[in-house]
Amino acid sequence: MTDETKSGLDAVDEGPVPSDAAGPTQVGVVPDPHSHPTVAALLERFGDAVYGHRIAAGDEHVVFADPARNLEILGFLRDDPDQRYDLLRDVTAVDYGGGRPLQVVYVLWSIPNRRSLRVKCELPLDALAIDSVVPLWQAANWLEREVYDLFGITFRGHPDLRRIMMPFDYAEGHPLRKDFPLRGRFSRAEQTRRALSQDVGRFYTEHDIEIGREPQELPRAGEETPGSET
Amino acid sequence: MAQKTVEFTVGRNPEMGPGGTPVASPLAPFDVPEPDLDSEHMLINIGPQHPATHGVLRLLCELDGETLVDVTPHIGYLHSSFEKLGEYRTWNQIVPLTDRMDYLAPLIYNCAYVMAVEKLMGIEVTERCKVVRVILMEMDRIFGHLLWLGTTAIDVGAMTPFLYTFEERERIYQLHEALTGARITTSATRVGGMMADLPEGWIAQLEDFLSTFPKTLDECDRLLTNNGILIGRTQGVGAISAEEAVNYGLTGPNLRASGVPYDVRKDQPYYDYETYDFEVPVGEHGDSYDRYLCRMEEMRQSLRILRQAIDRLPEGPINVPDPNISLPSKTDCMSDMESMIHHFKLITQGIPAPEGDCYFAVEASKGELGMYLVAEEGGTKPVRWRIRPPSFVNIAAIGKLARGHLIADLIMINASLDIVLGEIDR
Repeated sequence: MTDETKSGLDAVDEGPVPSDAAGPTQVGVVPDPHSHPTVAALLERFGDAVYGHRIAAGDEHVVFADPARNLEILGFLRDDPDQRYDLLRDVTAVDYGGGRPLQVVYVLWSIPNRRSLRVKCELPLDALAIDSVVPLWQAANWLEREVYDLFGITFRGHPDLRRIMMPFDYAEGHPLRKDFPLRGRFSRAEQTRRALSQDVGRFYTEHDIEIGREPQELPRAGEETPGSET
Repeated sequence: MAQKTVEFTVGRNPEMGPGGTPVASPLAPFDVPEPDLDSEHMLINIGPQHPATHGVLRLLCELDGETLVDVTPHIGYLHSSFEKLGEYRTWNQIVPLTDRMDYLAPLIYNCAYVMAVEKLMGIEVTERCKVVRVILMEMDRIFGHLLWLGTTAIDVGAMTPFLYTFEERERIYQLHEALTGARITTSATRVGGMMADLPEGWIAQLEDFLSTFPKTLDECDRLLTNNGILIGRTQGVGAISAEEAVNYGLTGPNLRASGVPYDVRKDQPYYDYETYDFEVPVGEHGDSYDRYLCRMEEMRQSLRILRQAIDRLPEGPINVPDPNISLPSKTDCMSDMESMIHHFKLITQGIPAPEGDCYFAVEASKGELGMYLVAEEGGTKPVRWRIRPPSFVNIAAIGKLARGHLIADLIMINASLDIVLGEIDR
């Protein structure tokens, strides 16, 4: 199909074009760090590991943290008696396209202090791995699985890092990345072929199958079940 | 495996008179020892097509006898990749995607999305629009809770509350229809205002609902709250402590039932919620019964907010009077050159956003609903649109809640979490 004949829904395949000129990923107003008590404490304690502070959308404080020390920094935010960010509202990721680093975004909320903070960790495209925060918050379990599934970021130490939205054997990649076309990588025919040749076993993990087989392999009394004579 | 052989002596009981006085049934006691089943675990799939999972949710249960050793929810059957689709649509074109996520309370999603876009762009909506959106969101909170109440009652075997609640839901459907023309897929909001102002007589229709709905709610209350079956099925079932509930990220009534008074309307008020007089019901034990009580009370509090909002509903324009944001009226479009140009620019290009990102949360009927938006300078489409779905995080805790309970309790625990699969899978 040539470009001239593309119309209707086919045209959306062109979608958002990632900008070639890699723009900044840290945007927003650079404020005084003392405008947010947590940011001041973070800068004092972690120094260089917290390397950016922005205000987004008027009143939202965003902190950029070293991805190698995310567990340490988030653990401090959760456990320090002055911070107590006990509710992990969200874990997600952002792909700006154009070869810029992917951002892992942690949205935190402190129920006792009624305070919000967003922590971002930037991961270069050739090293998409970061420590899992499941040891800190169980809420991160599925949220990180979703980021892994849709962005391809590996969470080290995650107890159950499997695809969650897409099928376990999905082979087309990670859909929310900017280089992923809207309709998938495979042709419609190939997608249909794969859907029709599904193996039921893929709906179970290895652990599940192990449990499911056990009772059937147990010896039955006398081996005389009806119909077994034939 | 030992075969159980039990002999029953079934015959006509001579003690049974013609009047039919029941006596002790002649059941023979069986003394076959229970086989040791400790090492035998069984896998059972509940769903994906099962009425008690409230959607296409598949619960993979590992059972020891009737006791749940583990529950693994499998999701994704409804996955439509709304977030990816959003990246290919202008800000206003995304609105129809939002009500397809929580189709049980669609207006809350419509409002939450445009509120996030307005925060990102720094748009302040008109006073009338604020109050109208509060009315719509509280109305749909009742709408969502009513569905939960009816289906939960069915799950424990009570048919009547289901009929009562769906009758009331039908009246809210009619309110939806009068306002938007659609019953479920409302798409009622636009960036900077609403698709249309409230039609004539709509408030009177809502007031009619408000005047008679409390009676139905009281009837359901009388049918269920002190009902021995409901209490037996829910008290102590699926309990979670306050600390764990926060750690698992539960929000909404599921968190408040554990005693944590976290409500976005109180903690991060939007649309002047701090000036409305309402209370946040909080449970004590964190079990299914407390979740039930919290939602019942929340409906009453929503009624209070609705009455206050109707009283303070101001006159005036509903859309922001800015031609770069709101569409001009059709009459202006046809007669005025400038309005036509604005219309053309808005339809073909969309509204340009400033560079930045924004996380905005509202209290939806299921819990905290967050919208995270990322935009590039002048972008008329989002770079990233992320929904923080309350049901997704809540259902992730079902393994923790159900472990050690009987398989029959799993149905109640699942019902008490109040999930909607359209939003979990997105």
